[in-house]
Amino acid sequence: MSEFLLEVKDLSIIYATEDGVVQALTHANVTLRQGETLGLVGETGAGKTTLARGIMRLIPDPPGKIVSGQILFDGTDLLRLPAKEMRKYRGRQISMIFQDPMTSLNPVMTVGDQIREVIMTHHPEMSRQDTKKHAENMMEMVGITSTRYGDYPHQFSGGMKQRVVIAIALAGEPRLLIADEPTTALDVTIQAQVLEMIHALKRKSNTAMLLITHDLGVVAQNCDSVAIIYAGEIVEYGTLRQVYKNVLHPYTEGLFGSVPSLEANAQRLAAIEGMMPDPTALPKGCKFVDRCKYATDRCRTESPRLLEMEDGHKARCFRYEDREVKRHG
Amino acid sequence: MKAEKTGKQQRSLWQEAWRRFKKNKSAMIGLAFFAALIVIAIATLVIDFATGNEFYQNYVINQDLTSRLKGPSMEHIFGQDEFGRDMLLRMIWAVRYSLFMGSMSIIISLIVGGILGAVSGYYGKAVDGVIMRCMDILLAIPSMLLATAIVAALGTSLVNVLIAIAISYVPTFARTVRASVLTVKDQEFIDAARAIGCHDGEIIFKYIIPNAMAPIIVQATVGLAGAILSIAGLSFLGLGIQPPTPEWGAMLSNARTYIRDAWHVTVIPGLGIMLTILALNLMGDGLRDALDPRLKD
Repeated sequence: MSEFLLEVKDLSIIYATEDGVVQALTHANVTLRQGETLGLVGETGAGKTTLARGIMRLIPDPPGKIVSGQILFDGTDLLRLPAKEMRKYRGRQISMIFQDPMTSLNPVMTVGDQIREVIMTHHPEMSRQDTKKHAENMMEMVGITSTRYGDYPHQFSGGMKQRVVIAIALAGEPRLLIADEPTTALDVTIQAQVLEMIHALKRKSNTAMLLITHDLGVVAQNCDSVAIIYAGEIVEYGTLRQVYKNVLHPYTEGLFGSVPSLEANAQRLAAIEGMMPDPTALPKGCKFVDRCKYATDRCRTESPRLLEMEDGHKARCFRYEDREVKRHG
Repeated sequence: MKAEKTGKQQRSLWQEAWRRFKKNKSAMIGLAFFAALIVIAIATLVIDFATGNEFYQNYVINQDLTSRLKGPSMEHIFGQDEFGRDMLLRMIWAVRYSLFMGSMSIIISLIVGGILGAVSGYYGKAVDGVIMRCMDILLAIPSMLLATAIVAALGTSLVNVLIAIAISYVPTFARTVRASVLTVKDQEFIDAARAIGCHDGEIIFKYIIPNAMAPIIVQATVGLAGAILSIAGLSFLGLGIQPPTPEWGAMLSNARTYIRDAWHVTVIPGLGIMLTILALNLMGDGLRDALDPRLKD
């Protein structure tokens, strides 16, 4: 019904801890079309995983709380669904690949049975043989021989485990796949294999994907659009081309500066000075002000909006106010 | 015993535990003794069934007052009791009460306590508070006293003794299960299970409980020793199994009067109880070592 498969509108999530309230995600807006891949980039603690878990409604509560916003999946607001309805979405419509394959598999269940579990949960009408057959096909699809159906997770290597996790995530044939740093725990050669596989499988079934990473190279290879997230706020948002060819936000600039380049002969990489602000005591103005080389007095007192440029490229910085497209209403 | 049973479905993990358990000599001795007791208990049941209780009536129950309190001899290796009955046969026939009632009460309290502990650990908050405070109240009363009170209230019968002991062990199991559920609950694979659309029941029974099994098995083995002791204790006080049915605690209690005249009537049932408890504790120790992941080599 709607143009977008996933539309996150104005989503704010907080963690109420004993040391104060953590603004984990502030007024986030994200859209994703069928078959599209959105890269979500940011440093540790920026709120990437919180956004992903928010979409799955897997925020640990307490301390987490979704304070405002809507998550429209194919027009249905997931936040309003009762828990029972939500379960039908998890695994079937939306599924998630977790960060660490070492801990995201049940150690006392065979890998085959863990894949089969998804199929059985969402297709109760299928017979036992059929679900087993399907699980074996899934294993073959991710490149594991189905003779290892009865093996336990501890008998697999990290890369193989991540394949199993991917098989589990794709077994329900979801329309949206959330991959939370799927390759962070793996070494580089395996990373490439795994990403390639995710990409191929995704294209085959035209699945939309939200890829969370802090690796800009991974984004460049896999994504159609990019959202840069800093201290719970989306600071830059645009298509891959827009963001990579025409960096707007100083934070993104800093991120690109910290990536080694093939052309430049730099002795040292330019790191972004300073640390991310304490999430329980965020600065009043722009969250990036303390680390920004363009910071003005205005940045300290006033928080910039996410400004939209003419081509749809968005950035949260006062420097682009004159280039913003004016809209009525 | 339980570890091997589950081992059939979950080969590799349990096989590894069994390999470590085998290396532990004292635990193997405990297991051998315990296995022998099970065989004896089953054998007595078979004999009773085959002879229609005739053997039991003639040799275990029937009194021979002419040879009271006779010491061990070639004919009666363990001697004869205060009514002239063969001590060896009475000891053997008593095994099944201790064993079956002990295991039954542990199984009941494991199920009840396990469910309470799992629910309380998994849901936390108010549910946890209410369940655990109730368990605390039960724990505040000494288990023997609690069992005595329950039997006194319900009346002496095998079933009531069983219920009494089961109730007094519920809090220990609830606490053990809750603690292990709490450690397993926060692991990522539980989130992963939720992310594929599993509901709470599936998560508790397929993901949490199997991963929290190790301490529960150890607790059950050690608890079985305690339950057997409680049965003997209740019978000793006259609240458990009633004479003439042979039971170690009751035999000990009846023989007390003759302790100056005939040592064997008290020493033998006492040794029986002691060795059984020792065997179970050795087994429990061995299981704890075998199932402890930190000791994996």
